[in-house]
Amino acid sequence: MMMMTIAAKELRALFLSPMAWAILAVVQGIVAYFFLIFLENFLQLQPHLATLPDAPGISSIVVAPLFATVSVVLLLIVPLLTMRLVSEERRNKTLTLLMSAPVSISEIVIGKFTGIMIFLLLLLALISLMPLSLLFGSSLDVGMFLTGLLALTLLLASFTAVGLYVSTLTTQPTVAAVGTFGILLLLWILDLAGTTGDTPTLLAYLSIMTHYQNLLQGIFSSSDVIYYLLFILVFLVLSIRRLDAERLPH
Amino acid sequence: MRNDIYVSVNQVSCYYGAHCAVDNLSFEVKRGEVLGFLGPNGAGKSTTMAMITGNLAPSAGQILVNGIDILDKPKEAKANIGFLPEQPPLYRDLTVDEYLRFCAKLNRVGKAKINTAVDAAKQRCGLTEVGKRLIDNLSKGYQQRVGIAQAIVHSPAVVILDEPTVGLDPIQIREIRRLVRELGGEHSVILSTHILPEIQVTCDRVQIINKGKLVLSDTVAGIEQYMGASSLVIALKNAPVVTALESIPLVNAVASLGDGRFRLVYEPESDPAEQIVQTAVNNNWGLHEIFPEKRSLEQIFVDITTSEADNKSGVNVEHSRDTEGAVA
Repeated sequence: MMMMTIAAKELRALFLSPMAWAILAVVQGIVAYFFLIFLENFLQLQPHLATLPDAPGISSIVVAPLFATVSVVLLLIVPLLTMRLVSEERRNKTLTLLMSAPVSISEIVIGKFTGIMIFLLLLLALISLMPLSLLFGSSLDVGMFLTGLLALTLLLASFTAVGLYVSTLTTQPTVAAVGTFGILLLLWILDLAGTTGDTPTLLAYLSIMTHYQNLLQGIFSSSDVIYYLLFILVFLVLSIRRLDAERLPH
Repeated sequence: MRNDIYVSVNQVSCYYGAHCAVDNLSFEVKRGEVLGFLGPNGAGKSTTMAMITGNLAPSAGQILVNGIDILDKPKEAKANIGFLPEQPPLYRDLTVDEYLRFCAKLNRVGKAKINTAVDAAKQRCGLTEVGKRLIDNLSKGYQQRVGIAQAIVHSPAVVILDEPTVGLDPIQIREIRRLVRELGGEHSVILSTHILPEIQVTCDRVQIINKGKLVLSDTVAGIEQYMGASSLVIALKNAPVVTALESIPLVNAVASLGDGRFRLVYEPESDPAEQIVQTAVNNNWGLHEIFPEKRSLEQIFVDITTSEADNKSGVNVEHSRDTEGAVA
C-alpha cells in the first residue's frame, strides 16, 4: 500500500517532466529503425533459408537480435531514469519527508524501484508490439518471444536496482548516472575476459550478458533467472542499508 | 500520566565523531503545550529535532513520542509526528493539492478521509485558493505554509516546526504565529526559532539550549517576571555625589553612566521611584529623566548562552538567575 503510494509518486514525477515522454519517443524510434533493418535482413535471407533443412526462423533472426539491441539502448537510458531517485531527494532535502513519515526504508526503496519498473514495463509493452506484429504474417515462436521478454524484464530490473543503489550514494544526479552507466557497462563487458577458453570462467559467469544471451536464445534455465533475481535482491538490500545508515550520525 | 506527555526525551546524546552535538539532554512536552526551542547557531536544536522525528538515531538515550519508543517502533511513533524541517521538503513539480494528498497517503490517512484532511490543512494554512497551483510557482511565504500544511495534514499529536517564520514578511509572520498558537490547542508543538519575540508571543514554555546542553527551561510567564524591572535609570542636571544617591532608601547599588546619568539597582518587588523623585526635588538635583530598565529576552538569552562558558555547572537555572540579577 505504502509502496504503491511511493511508486505512483515516482511515476507521476516522471510523466510530469518531459523526460518520460522523450525517452518513450526516442527509444521507440530507434528500436523501430533496428526492427526494420532486421526484418529487411530476414526478407533477403528468406529464399536461401527456404532451401535449408532446419533453418532458423523469424524469431531467431529478427526477435532475438532486436531484444539484444533493446538491451543496449536501455543500458544507456536506465541510468537517466534512476539517477534522480534518491540523490535529488537528498539534494532538495525532501528525503526528510519520507524519513519522518511512518514508512519503513524498505518500503521507500521498493516503492521507488517499483515506480521505475512500471515505467520500463510500459516501455517494453510498446516495444513488444513490433515483434508481435509479425504474428499477422509469419509463424512467430511465441515461447522464444516470451523468454526474450522475460530476459529483458529481468535485465531492466537489474539495471534499475544498480541505478537505485548508486543514486543512494550521492547527492548529484549526474554523478549517479555516470556511476550507474560505468557499473553496468563493466558488468556487460566482463565476459570479454572470460570467453577466450572453452570452459566459462568466473568472470564470464558473473557477466550480466552471458545469462541474457542464454535466455534470448529461448533456453529457459532457472539458474539464469535466479542469477538475475539474486542480483536485484543484492542491490535492493544494499540500497536499504545505505539509506538506513543515513540516520546514524556521521 | 503517559497520555499527558506527548514527547519525552530521556538523557539523549548525539555525537558526530568526537564532536558532541547534543549532550545528555532531557525534557518533556505536555499535551497541548507550545514549547519554544531557543539557542545560538550550532547549539543542537536541529539535531534534537531530527532525533525526535526519527531522522537521526541518538548515540545514547531514549525518545518516546506519545509513549512509543522511536527506535523500537519507528512506524507507530512517526505516525504521531508532523515535521517541518528548516528547509520545507517540497516536491516543486507537484501542485499543492497533489503534494498534500501524497503527504496524507504517506502518513496513512484513510482513503475516505484524505479529501477532508487535505481541505482542512489547506484552510488552516490559508492555501485554499492556491490548491491548483504548482508549488514551484508559489512565493516563499506560501511555500512555507505548504510546508506547515504538510506537517499537520494527518493531525499528529506532536507538530515540530524548525524555524517556520524564516524568510516571511511581517504579515505572514503574524499569521503563522497565530496558526502555531491555534495548533497548540490540540497538538503539542515544538518550535525552534532565532527570533526571540516570537517565543514570547507564541509559546507556553521556553527552553534554551547551548552547546548541546539545556541551560534554561521555564514558562514564558516565569521568564517575563524575571525580565521585570529591578533597576531605574535617571538623568540629573545637578548630579550629587554617588553616596548621596546610595543613601536613598531601597536603593541597593548605584552606577554612574556618565553625563549625569545613573543606574539605580533596587530590591526586586519594591518600587523606589517615588522616593527618588521626592529626594531629587528636595535637593534640587534637576531630575529630567527617569525610566525603568527592562531586561529583554534577548539579553537573558545572551547572558545565559555566554555565561555558560564560564559556568561549567550550568544547568542550575535558579543559580544563574541570582547571579545575573545582581549584575543587571
